[in-house]
Amino acid sequence: MAADQTRRIDAGGAIDRSTPVELVVDGTTLTGFAGDTVASALVANGRLRVGDSIYRGRPRGILSAGVEEPNAFVLVHGDHDESMLPATTLELVPGLDVRLLDGIGVLDQKPDPAEYDKMHVHADVAVVGAGPAGLAAARAAAATGARVVLLEQDFRLGGSLLASPAEVVEGVPAAQWVEQVRAELEAAPEVRVLIRTTAFGSYDNNHLIAVEKRAEHLDGTARDGIPRQRIWHVTAAQVVLATGAFERPIVFADNDVPGVMLASSVTTYVRRYAALPGREAVVVTTNDSGYAAAHALLEAGASVQVLDARDEGASPVVASAAQAAGLRVRTGCAVVGIDGDASVEGAWVARIDAEGALVGDAERVVCDLVAVSGGWTPNVSLHSQRQGALHWDDDLAGFVPTAAVRNQHLAGAVRGTYWTDGCRAEGDAAGVAAASAAGFSAASRSTVIGADAVAEERVARAGRTRQLWVVEGREGGYATHFVDLQRDNTAADVLRATGAGMRSVEHVKRYTSISTGVDQGRIGAVNTIGLLTRVLSGDDTRAIPPGQPGQDETASGPAAGAARPTPGAIGNTTFRAPFTPVAFAALAGRSRGDLFDAARTTSIHPWHEAHGALFEDVGQWKRPWYYPRPGEDIDAAVARECRAAREGVAFMDATTLGKIEIRGADAGEFLNRLYTNAFKKLAVGKARYGVMCKPDGMVFDDGVVLRLAEDRYFATTTTGGAARVLEWLEEWSQTEWPDLDVVCTSVTEQWSTIAVVGPRSREVIARMAPDLDVTREGFGFMEFRETVLASGIPARICRITFSGELAFEINVPTWYGLQVWEDVAEAGADFDITPYGTETMHVLRAEKAYPIVGQDTDGTVTPQDLGMSWIVSTTKDFVGNRSYSRSSHRAADRKQLVSVLPLDRSLRLPEGAQLVEPGALGDYTGEGLPSRPIPMLGHVTSSYHSQALGRSFGLALVKAGRDRIGQTLIASFEGRFAEVEVADAVLYDKEGARRDG
Amino acid sequence: MTMTAPEDTTVEVAAHVPPVDRARVLALRRSPAQGLDEEMRRGSGAAARLREVPFLTQVAIRATPGRDGSLTETLGLDLPTHVGEVAGAGDGNGLAVLWLSPDEFLAVGPDEAESGVSPEAYAGGLAEALGSERGQAVDVSANRTTLELSGSRARSVLEKSCELDLHPRVFPVGAAVATLLGSTGVILWRTGEDTWRVMPRASFATHVVRWLLDGMREYR
Repeated sequence: MAADQTRRIDAGGAIDRSTPVELVVDGTTLTGFAGDTVASALVANGRLRVGDSIYRGRPRGILSAGVEEPNAFVLVHGDHDESMLPATTLELVPGLDVRLLDGIGVLDQKPDPAEYDKMHVHADVAVVGAGPAGLAAARAAAATGARVVLLEQDFRLGGSLLASPAEVVEGVPAAQWVEQVRAELEAAPEVRVLIRTTAFGSYDNNHLIAVEKRAEHLDGTARDGIPRQRIWHVTAAQVVLATGAFERPIVFADNDVPGVMLASSVTTYVRRYAALPGREAVVVTTNDSGYAAAHALLEAGASVQVLDARDEGASPVVASAAQAAGLRVRTGCAVVGIDGDASVEGAWVARIDAEGALVGDAERVVCDLVAVSGGWTPNVSLHSQRQGALHWDDDLAGFVPTAAVRNQHLAGAVRGTYWTDGCRAEGDAAGVAAASAAGFSAASRSTVIGADAVAEERVARAGRTRQLWVVEGREGGYATHFVDLQRDNTAADVLRATGAGMRSVEHVKRYTSISTGVDQGRIGAVNTIGLLTRVLSGDDTRAIPPGQPGQDETASGPAAGAARPTPGAIGNTTFRAPFTPVAFAALAGRSRGDLFDAARTTSIHPWHEAHGALFEDVGQWKRPWYYPRPGEDIDAAVARECRAAREGVAFMDATTLGKIEIRGADAGEFLNRLYTNAFKKLAVGKARYGVMCKPDGMVFDDGVVLRLAEDRYFATTTTGGAARVLEWLEEWSQTEWPDLDVVCTSVTEQWSTIAVVGPRSREVIARMAPDLDVTREGFGFMEFRETVLASGIPARICRITFSGELAFEINVPTWYGLQVWEDVAEAGADFDITPYGTETMHVLRAEKAYPIVGQDTDGTVTPQDLGMSWIVSTTKDFVGNRSYSRSSHRAADRKQLVSVLPLDRSLRLPEGAQLVEPGALGDYTGEGLPSRPIPMLGHVTSSYHSQALGRSFGLALVKAGRDRIGQTLIASFEGRFAEVEVADAVLYDKEGARRDG
Repeated sequence: MTMTAPEDTTVEVAAHVPPVDRARVLALRRSPAQGLDEEMRRGSGAAARLREVPFLTQVAIRATPGRDGSLTETLGLDLPTHVGEVAGAGDGNGLAVLWLSPDEFLAVGPDEAESGVSPEAYAGGLAEALGSERGQAVDVSANRTTLELSGSRARSVLEKSCELDLHPRVFPVGAAVATLLGSTGVILWRTGEDTWRVMPRASFATHVVRWLLDGMREYR
């Protein structure tokens, strides 16, 4: 099987050679091994080239071995194709069928059938990154008994150690050390190790958000029942960031040709995956780290030469190791160009001067791989998302954190610590410090080297990095000097941006689109900033507003004429979540489909369903809309339901109304201050309709209030207003009038409410409550009674109407709701009692001009506008009262509630239709837009067909509407016009003769 | 069970009502998750089980601790004083009072069918006990239902949608809080090491049952 893996190294690597895995790439089947990524399988098969570049269509190759990859993106075919996954992080699993993408993905239009979910965990210490620093930190914290969560985006623990398995850590080979630490962590009861889990967001209060790939690596049926990905919300007392660093490429001509690869990634392919990216390699580096790739290649049998851009070459230890290995090293040199289009065929090598310009002629070196290292950029994304400070370290040639944010700790390469034992020591110290700060203590085991010593040694051990921001080409120009490969941006684009006057790195980013790609600037950002130091003067950088991450705090840039500005004078672009792309489906979790939102149902809901009700969403509630009989449309059903309510008896589930119990010696005074009308003197046993306004005098909610006892009231609110009215009462009680003896409790869900409506409702109630005197004299309008129903169920029955008809409301504890509803249906069967829904309710109340808050009002409507001056007390003060003395509230042209009657008696106006003067239309025909604005007088708020009136009608808010009664106006809607007559708001039973039956 | 019926309850029944057979009336109750029994049974497994504990007596109490008349005497319990605290039967076997806010509590006791004490009468007695002090005691037994989630993975099921720290160090047995489960407000009460009460308002019961069953599938 391995025969086709022509570039597979014979031994070594963290791959399982006993488990070959097939992979289909663009229809061609390749073979790799378990433990490979798609990218390493490609490398092992001698394929470096991937899809072409996004805009320029240039051949591109695998550049990296991690999340920073700008070129190697694939679309994974499946039930739902997923696009733009980096091949460098995509684990090789059986059945993978991928297509290489040309820098841009395609969103699959099919629904994603996979499940995604969420998990919330808390920890004493959360550690991000499981390289030597993170593993040491997690181990140290775990040893204290602290709750530890370790998050690692790779499918293996080890981080940089995966690429140096033979390196000795605490006396044992790295691979063995990682296994030891893993075993220790897994044995600790309070430790959770999450691999394949990327912490992508860091928020206040040490709230980290991560995404775990849970099922993609599993084979076939093993995936069943396991959500594909899981979002982890981790809240930690202390956080250790051990997020490592990214290597930067070098900006030279044609640096995008397949076969140009980051040096550390070359090392990773060779040592972790036993895959050889090239047989004849040139390593070009600005720092010591590039030599590791040379050693790895050499050991794997490749021929290698090293070009060290530094005149002085590597630091002594590294230089002597190179010499001992027989590496060919040339200093003060760089690659200045590439031969080959679809693959590297050769590199042009030249000596370069201090400016990165060629000195003398370039020499062509035959090679198939160019490994590049332009220095390292600490992975500060999570640190910087929390506004953690950065600064430019000129020795480390990178933006490094200045100090950890509160309750966080930094360890390893994220601080610019670039050698294993330094990382391990810092991690150990950070783990101990984090656990201790979280209240758990134990001694550090870091005996080899102290964390303080690490800081002193950091620069010395890293070696000097030459800040080589651009290498001149053999020909002029920078059009193939790629800075951001994903966005196809070159050094020439940066120059064009500065030429156009851009100075701030944020402006350059947006002018060019550098750093806006999937890799979010991990490849190109610092090189861009470095380029800016080459072309901007001190005066230029002083003009850049302060505040960029890593930007010097003091007036930036050297004096005019002095040396060039440093990257610190410019600063970085802002880091934002997510660190790597996250599927929206993952963020949605299980909140999809039926689980998207709670559907609130009343206790009577099963009956509504069984009786064919269609439902209307009212907030989260499912309310019966109407109950069509076979063959009925909505109009027929609503007409039938209306007729029953007006002529016989009908019943409705009114359970959703908000309900609040109010108690206290000052409860009456409290309500007096909040409702526009008075409740203090309401007699016990009586009910009163009330309106509540905001301080601006506009209607906020309405409902009926019962006085249960001297010190107890029971207020109902609108269905949608239940929560905000309770909050309103609490706010005034707690903040403005704490001296009043009054408290409130929501009892919305304690009670089921059944409205029994119509001339024959009294007979039904008489059957339901045989002990109750339901006569006109014995049970007056706006009164209530506590009684026990024939079933033995205790009930509170009110005589309230929202239709103008004789009507009762039966209130029983929710768990009796369905029983009582069924009893009402039975008691009313002889009278053909008819269930009705919200549509009929709306028609009935509109015929009586009972407004619906939120439909006929919109926060700009006063009770007076609604024709309800009678409900606004003139003898007491209340919230909103003062506003009624304002001239705007007294203006004669305020919009007032009236009814509108289309002259075409069958025309139902759309709600929202605009109303204008007949003469105002001019020559406007309804086609397109009018030539000049047409003044509107108002709009239709409610519109129905009235079964009782035998015609259509609407309610409308119309300027000076009551003065216009009798006038004809034009309703404008959907490009049509219709004449309507303005009429008194109340159209049915103006005298109110029907409410007593 | 320390609930006792108050001696002289004021009942505002206008009409004279003949005595009723309470047991027959109680049999007419239907709990909010009643129709989901079979779904819950099927969705339960060794590691996570869900059932409804219907018809518990619940009384919403508003009172200022220390100025509550004879409320605590009538309850037989001191009011809890801090978030998460449950006075009385923290394991749910008996009368418990849950802290909801500095002056807001929920008394939870057995079903009337078990105790013989009607929730209305019990709440009325507590209201009487408050006397003229600022406060309130209201029967809200039907306002919420009680779901019991138990099993070794019950905590994991809750952690899928509850943002609180449910670790025993922070959320021990006998603690209860008002919180969100997904987007739904519930009272969450740990009545045992692996047993939790989830108390949604009645209208949310179906959604919460389905939401929990969904989270349980992984552990069946």
